[in-house]
Amino acid sequence: MLRKASSGLLAVEAVDLVKDFNETRAVDGVSLAVPTGSIFGLLGPNGAGKTTTLRMLLGIIDPSSGTRLVLGRDRPLDAAPEIGYLPEERGLYPAMQARDAIAFMGALRGLPIAEGRRRADALLDEHGLGEWKKKSIRSLSKGMAQLVQLLGTIIHKPRLLVLDEPFAGLDAINQGKLEELIRREARAGVTIIFSTHVIAHAERLCEEIAIIAKGKVVFDGRVDDARAKLRPIVRLRTRARDGEWRSAIPGNARREGDEYVFELPEGGPEPLLKALIDGGAGIETLAIERPGLHDAFVAIAGSAAARAMGQEKPQ
Amino acid sequence: MMRFIRSAFVIGRRDFTATVLSKAFIFFLLGPLFPLLFGGIFAGIGTNVASQAKRPVVAVISPKAEFDQLQAARGRIAEAVGEEPLIDLVGYRPEADLGAQQKRLLATRQPPVRAVLSGGLNHPKLVGALAGDPGTESQLKLLIAEARAADSSNPPEFEVTNVAASTGTIVRDRALTAQIAQVTLFLLTLMLSTMVLSQLIEEKSNKVIEIIAAAIPIDAMFVGKLFAMLAASVVGLVVWISAGALFIQLIKTGGVATLPVPAVGWPVFLALGVIYFAMNYLLFGAAFLMIGAQASTAREVQTMSMPVTFGQVLIFGFASTVVGSMSSAKAIAASVFPLSSPMSMLARAAQDGAIWPHIVAIAWQTLWVALIVRLGAQLFRKTVLKSGPRRPWWKLSRA
Repeated sequence: MLRKASSGLLAVEAVDLVKDFNETRAVDGVSLAVPTGSIFGLLGPNGAGKTTTLRMLLGIIDPSSGTRLVLGRDRPLDAAPEIGYLPEERGLYPAMQARDAIAFMGALRGLPIAEGRRRADALLDEHGLGEWKKKSIRSLSKGMAQLVQLLGTIIHKPRLLVLDEPFAGLDAINQGKLEELIRREARAGVTIIFSTHVIAHAERLCEEIAIIAKGKVVFDGRVDDARAKLRPIVRLRTRARDGEWRSAIPGNARREGDEYVFELPEGGPEPLLKALIDGGAGIETLAIERPGLHDAFVAIAGSAAARAMGQEKPQ
Repeated sequence: MMRFIRSAFVIGRRDFTATVLSKAFIFFLLGPLFPLLFGGIFAGIGTNVASQAKRPVVAVISPKAEFDQLQAARGRIAEAVGEEPLIDLVGYRPEADLGAQQKRLLATRQPPVRAVLSGGLNHPKLVGALAGDPGTESQLKLLIAEARAADSSNPPEFEVTNVAASTGTIVRDRALTAQIAQVTLFLLTLMLSTMVLSQLIEEKSNKVIEIIAAAIPIDAMFVGKLFAMLAASVVGLVVWISAGALFIQLIKTGGVATLPVPAVGWPVFLALGVIYFAMNYLLFGAAFLMIGAQASTAREVQTMSMPVTFGQVLIFGFASTVVGSMSSAKAIAASVFPLSSPMSMLARAAQDGAIWPHIVAIAWQTLWVALIVRLGAQLFRKTVLKSGPRRPWWKLSRA
């Protein structure tokens, strides 16, 4: 049975997962709760422990300590027929035909091979690869092969999809297609966990995230909650250079060209606006921006982690 | 359990079809032809070289009648012992200057004369490079004695009754069968273990292994891979045995029926051959897969598998003690030691008709196959997908 979280059923629950490789602790007490039907992002720079965490959740490796419950089972491999997994390092047999590769991945998850081939043909047609179904993997382009592997991940209609860095190596068009596919699966009730070091993808797709840095979860919750950790940012341009209104602007405000940039004071926008108007500041432009996930990430995980994350920009 | 078997089957089916339907499998099937072909060529060259190098030529300076007597004597001895060990004789008419003739003959290259015999049958004199070759002188003495003996050309007549086989020939033939069966088993296992290893490397380099490990128990993958290669090799065995039987049928009078029958009979021997081959392959294949799991590149695999290959050769040597001396302590030990048991028991089947030792041996080997495959699968699981820094091999058991 699935455990019930405060907001509903949990598809995945991990408690205090630890993984040591010799003297190196790769994952240090990670706890996660992934609600059923959600899109859950695992964020962190390379080497943060995302892949090791996912591998433990899937039962590919055993944790050194801690427990995990996947689709209600404490042995994740028992739930394997209901899980689809796309590893970070893509792997297909080069000599296999595209349809056979997809059917093989389904067969690994308990789907009869004949049914797998039938579904593979339909999926390949649907995704514009109908002509390639009997072509060997080695004759496909990298993008096509990645799509074939992704189709193999969903061929058996899993309830849980685990995607490790799914956007890596895809061009902008294919990234968009993948985002759409993830949303479609989520609409069908599939729980999706994906890891990424590109914050923009998590920002666009996820309802909940966990931020991992140096093997530890430094934030776990809703994207809005992560953003809420920071005050909104005010960007202000005035006609007047000086006046009494300046006292309403926080001391740590910085100048970017003609703009003042500062966090919205605790009292909210009204007292600030009143002081600006009464003081004759002559508001030329005023913008109050909600902090992005990137800013939240910097605040939560630190600027070093953010720099590591920023090595690959979203397209 | 059903899921385990189904998972192993999925892996096995993939590997089997990938192997059997590949072009490389044709080379695998043709594999045994190469050693036979090369063996034939090199044996031919070797025989030719050996005959040229080892059969000394003696130039005989004598009247024709005496030379003919010597040649006739040589012919009679060749009938008894064969041509191969005998020296060759070449006749020359005597010339006026015997010394000069001898010198010239010893210097000639066509034929390459080793010694010159003169003086006829009554006063033979031998001149030549005979240091380290006492055989030539002894043979000449024998030939001259035979040529001198007046009644040698009329050997006594006696009745000869030929039977199909005697104890002597059966023992010799069965020992030969045992030896051939052991060598075949050894070579086949060596070849297949290396093949299963390269498949694992392929899997690792393709990164497919992570998809598999996330979907099925890794021991099912281990077992699936082992049995896929076993099935592919059984296909090979069937093809080779059928082709061999057909070949013998075509070239040998009486066909396969004339082959020396192993002690347990051909059907049982062939069945035992397949079973012992499977056991031998599973034992060594599991060991090779364990090694493959530790290595990440083909070069590492080659380095790590070398000691195991040497070990395999030693075990083969140990198992071969059964041929010709089944009751010796070493032979019994070779039959009991799990790694040498399949090879030594197959040799036993060729030489001894008792069936019960095979039933016991198969049960014993099955137990060890189960243990080693289980251990191999566990170690494989611990090491095959380990990320993080590499751990030295002596700490693997604590991984």
